[in-house]
Amino acid sequence: MATTKSKGADISTPPKAQTSDDAHGYYDPASAPLIDAKEPTGPIAERWTQRKMDNRLVNPANRRKLDIIIVGTGLAGGAAAATLGEAGYNVKSFCYQDSPRRAHSIAAQGGINASKNYKEDGDSTYRLFYDTVKGGDYRSRESNVYRLAEVSTNIIDQCVAQGVPFAREYGGLLDNRSFGGVQVSRTFYARGQTGQQLLLGAYSALERQVAAGTVSTYTRHEMLELVMVDGKARGIIARDMVTGEIETHLADVVVLASGGYGNVFYLSTNAMGCNVTATWRAHRKGALMANPCYTQIHPTCIPVSGEHQSKLTLMSESLRNDGRIWVPKSQEDCDKDPRDIPEEDRDYYLERIYPAFGNLVPRDIASRQAKNMCDEGRGVGPMVGDFRRGVYLDFADAIARLGKDGIQEKYDNLFDMYERITGEDPYEVPMRIYPAVHYVMGGLWVDYNLQSNIEGLFVTGEANFSDHGANRLGASALMQGLADGYFVLPNTIRDYLADAPFDKIDESHPAVVQARASVEERINTFLSIKGTRSADSYHKELGHIMWEFCGMERSEPGLRKAIDMIRELKREFWSNLKVLGTADSLNQSLEKAGRVADFIELGELMCIDALNRRESCGGHFRAESQTDEGEALRHDDEFAYVAAWEFGGEDGQPTLHKEELTYTAIEMKQRSYK
Amino acid sequence: MNLTLKIWRQPHATAEGAMHTYAVGDISEDMSFLEMLDVLNEQLLGQDEEPIAFDHDCREGICGSCNLMIDGQAHGPEVTTSCQLHMRSFKDGDEITVEPWRSDAFPVIKDLMVDRSAFDRIIQAGGYISANTGSAPEANSVPVPRDQATRAFNMATCIGCGACVAACPNGSASLFMGAKITQLGLLPQGQPERDSRVVGMVGQHDHEGFGGCTNIGECTAACPKEIPLDVISQLNKDLRTAIRNGH
Repeated sequence: MATTKSKGADISTPPKAQTSDDAHGYYDPASAPLIDAKEPTGPIAERWTQRKMDNRLVNPANRRKLDIIIVGTGLAGGAAAATLGEAGYNVKSFCYQDSPRRAHSIAAQGGINASKNYKEDGDSTYRLFYDTVKGGDYRSRESNVYRLAEVSTNIIDQCVAQGVPFAREYGGLLDNRSFGGVQVSRTFYARGQTGQQLLLGAYSALERQVAAGTVSTYTRHEMLELVMVDGKARGIIARDMVTGEIETHLADVVVLASGGYGNVFYLSTNAMGCNVTATWRAHRKGALMANPCYTQIHPTCIPVSGEHQSKLTLMSESLRNDGRIWVPKSQEDCDKDPRDIPEEDRDYYLERIYPAFGNLVPRDIASRQAKNMCDEGRGVGPMVGDFRRGVYLDFADAIARLGKDGIQEKYDNLFDMYERITGEDPYEVPMRIYPAVHYVMGGLWVDYNLQSNIEGLFVTGEANFSDHGANRLGASALMQGLADGYFVLPNTIRDYLADAPFDKIDESHPAVVQARASVEERINTFLSIKGTRSADSYHKELGHIMWEFCGMERSEPGLRKAIDMIRELKREFWSNLKVLGTADSLNQSLEKAGRVADFIELGELMCIDALNRRESCGGHFRAESQTDEGEALRHDDEFAYVAAWEFGGEDGQPTLHKEELTYTAIEMKQRSYK
Repeated sequence: MNLTLKIWRQPHATAEGAMHTYAVGDISEDMSFLEMLDVLNEQLLGQDEEPIAFDHDCREGICGSCNLMIDGQAHGPEVTTSCQLHMRSFKDGDEITVEPWRSDAFPVIKDLMVDRSAFDRIIQAGGYISANTGSAPEANSVPVPRDQATRAFNMATCIGCGACVAACPNGSASLFMGAKITQLGLLPQGQPERDSRVVGMVGQHDHEGFGGCTNIGECTAACPKEIPLDVISQLNKDLRTAIRNGH
C-alpha cells in the first residue's frame, strides 16, 4: 500500500522506478508493494493533534495491569520509562551500564533545538521542520519531522520544570545560541554539557518512579534476544552481567531505546559499550532495518594517535567559528613544525573551495574534504598505519584578533580537553583534527506511531530511523530522543495497549523456551570455539574495513570488496575466536564477543545498502554520484525512498522493502554551499 | 615505556582478593590509562589468563563509569577521571598500584569493579523535582537569576563516579549529596520539596552504610569535576532547617 497522501497540499509526482541496480545479486527485491507508514492525512500542522485524538485511551485502573519493557535508559528510554511510570503502567527498564544515569546521551555537548522563537528572529514550528528536512537532504518522513518540531517547545518546558540548569541571560530568562547550518538562534544549552544535564533530568524522573513503585530498573543487564509469540513482541531474554544468569522477562509491549550503532566502525565518539545487539536481534526476528548506511561523520574530533586507540573524542564544532582549517601545500612540509610553515605554503582548502561558507560548511562536506587532503598525502600529525590522519585547526589569527583572553573565555574547556588528550597546547601550536563517526541516522524502521513492522515492538531515539533523513543537524539528537520519550511514544503506545488484555503467556511457552535456548547456545558457542584471537581484534579489523570502504566516501568496487572482506572476517570469527572465563560469571570478553558478532552482520548490510543507493545524499557519498565540481548529487527520481531491509536468514540475502517519501509541505532542492 | 603494575584481582564478590603483579612494555605516552589496561588485557588473553575487569564506558570523562584507585589516589595523580588520565603522567620504570574504590557501601563485584547502586537509591530518596510529563508551565514563566543558574549548573556537573567516597577516610558521600541538594536548592522549582529532599537523601545515605562527614576535604580534592566543599555546608544548613520545620 502506498504512503497515504495529504488532502491538504499538492502532491509532486511520485518517484520513477529505480533504474540502477548496483546491489544486484546481493539482495532480493520485495514482492509486496510499498510499506505503509500509517501517517495521518490532512494538513501537516494538524496531523499530530488528529492522531493523538484518534488514538484510544487506557483506563488508569487498567494501566497497572500492563507491563512495558524498555531497553535503554538514555534520553529516549529514560524519558519514556519515567513518563509511562507516571501514567501508572508497570515498567521494567534495562541498561547495560551500572546506573541509568550513564547512558551515552550524557556525552552530548552542544545543545537542544526548540522553536520557542525567544529571540524573535523568525523561528517557528514550520521553520524548524523545514531546516530539519532540508538538513536531512530530503530523505526523512515529513510527518514525523513536523511532529518533532511541534513538540520541541514542550521539551524545554518539561526540562526546566525538572531543574535542568540551562544557560540564562542576566534577566533570568533562557539563553539561546545558533548552531550549524541554520539562520535562527534556537539552541538551548548548558555550557558544553547539555546532554548530561538533560539525561540527569530524565534519570531523576525515572528514579522518582522507581521510588513510587511503577518502574523497576535492571542495571548491568544486556538484552540478548527478543521474545516473539504469535507474531507479537512479548518480552526479552537478558543476561545479568554480574551473575551471568540468563533471564526471561515477559511483557505486553517492548520498547527498544538502545541507541545507535556507530561502534560498527570500532573507532567512534560513541561510548565503548554502545552496540547494535538489541536492535540487531530484533532485526533477525523480522524487524526491518532502515537506511543502515546513513552515518554521520563529525569533522572536529581529536585525531587517532596510534594503533592502540580505543575511542575518539569530539570537540564542539563551534570551534570552526574562529579556527581556520589548513594543510601544507606540499607533502614535504607535513612533518614540519606548523609554526615554521609560511603563510604562502599553507592551503586553507575550505576557504579556497567554498568561498561563501569557508570553514563553516556542513559537517559532511568538511569531513570529506579533510579525508581528501589526507588521501593526497597532505595530512599532518603522527603516521598511523601508512599515512597521516589530521588537518590543522589554527587559532593564531583569532588569538591575534580577540587576544588569548577572548579565546579563553569562549573555548577554555575545549582547549584544556585537547591539551589533556594530546599533550599539546593549542594556544601555542595549531590543533590537529580529523573526522570521526559520531551518529547514525539509520535504524530500525518504524511507522508514524514509532512501532516497527513487528506488532508490539516500538523503537525510539537513535535506535530508529525516522527523523533525520540522510544527515542530522546539530542539536537535533537530544531533541528527538526527548520528543520520542516524553511526548510521542506515551501517546502512541496507548493505542496499542488499548487492545489489552493480551493472551497470557509464561516462561514455558515454546516460543519463550526456544528464545532462551538460542541465547544459551550462542554463549556456549563463543566459549567453545577456543581459537586464538580476541573479539576486540575482530572488532578493530571490521572497523578498518568499514572506515575504508563504507566511511566518508563509498564506491561500487570498494563496497563489493568490503562485503567479501566482511564475509571472510565473519567466517574467521566463528572459527578462531578466543573467549576465556565462564558463562556464569561477570565476563567482559564474552559480552564483547556477542556484540562484535552482531556488528559484523550489520556491517555487511550497511555495505549492501550503500551499494544499492547509487546517489549521494547527506552523510552518504557515492563516488559515482557527484557533480563536475565534486559535490554530492542526489537522484530523487530513483531514490526518494526509505530502504527497509528484511533479514534474509543465516546464509540468505536480505530483502529490500521501500517506503516512498512524498513531500507535501516542502519542495525538494539540491543543497549548495558554494 | 615499561611499567610494573600491581593490580587487585578478586574473582567475585565473596572471594578473597589479592594484589597481582604484571609487567607491560611498549606503552606510549599518548595512551590513556585505560588503553594501557587494554594492552595488558590483550597480553593476558594471549597467556590464557582472564582479562582484568574494570568499569568504563564513554572514555571522555562524562559518564562517570570509570573508577580506579591509582597509587592510592582516586582517579590517580591528575584532577580528572581515570579514562582521561594519560600515560604521559607516568615515566618509564614506574611501579603503579591499581585498586578498586574502597568503601563498605561500594562492595567489590569483580577485580576493579564495584557496586555503586547505593547512589541510585540516594537519588530515589529525594534527589529530584516532582514534575510529571506534560504538567510543566512555560519555561520562561519563572526567571532564575543568572548567577544562581550558573552555580546550580556547576553543582549539577557531578558525574556520580564515587571518587569522593573512595577518597574520604570516613567513606562519606556528603559531597555527592551536597552537590544535588545545592543544585536543586538554588532553583525556584526545587523549593517545594527542599526539606523532604535533604531528609530523605541523608536518611538513605546513612542507611546504605556511608560514613559521616568530618570536614577533611579529601572528597573535593579528588573530585574530577571540582565540586566545592561548601556544598556540604549547604547540605547541613538545609538539614537543620528541615528539622526545625518539623521533618
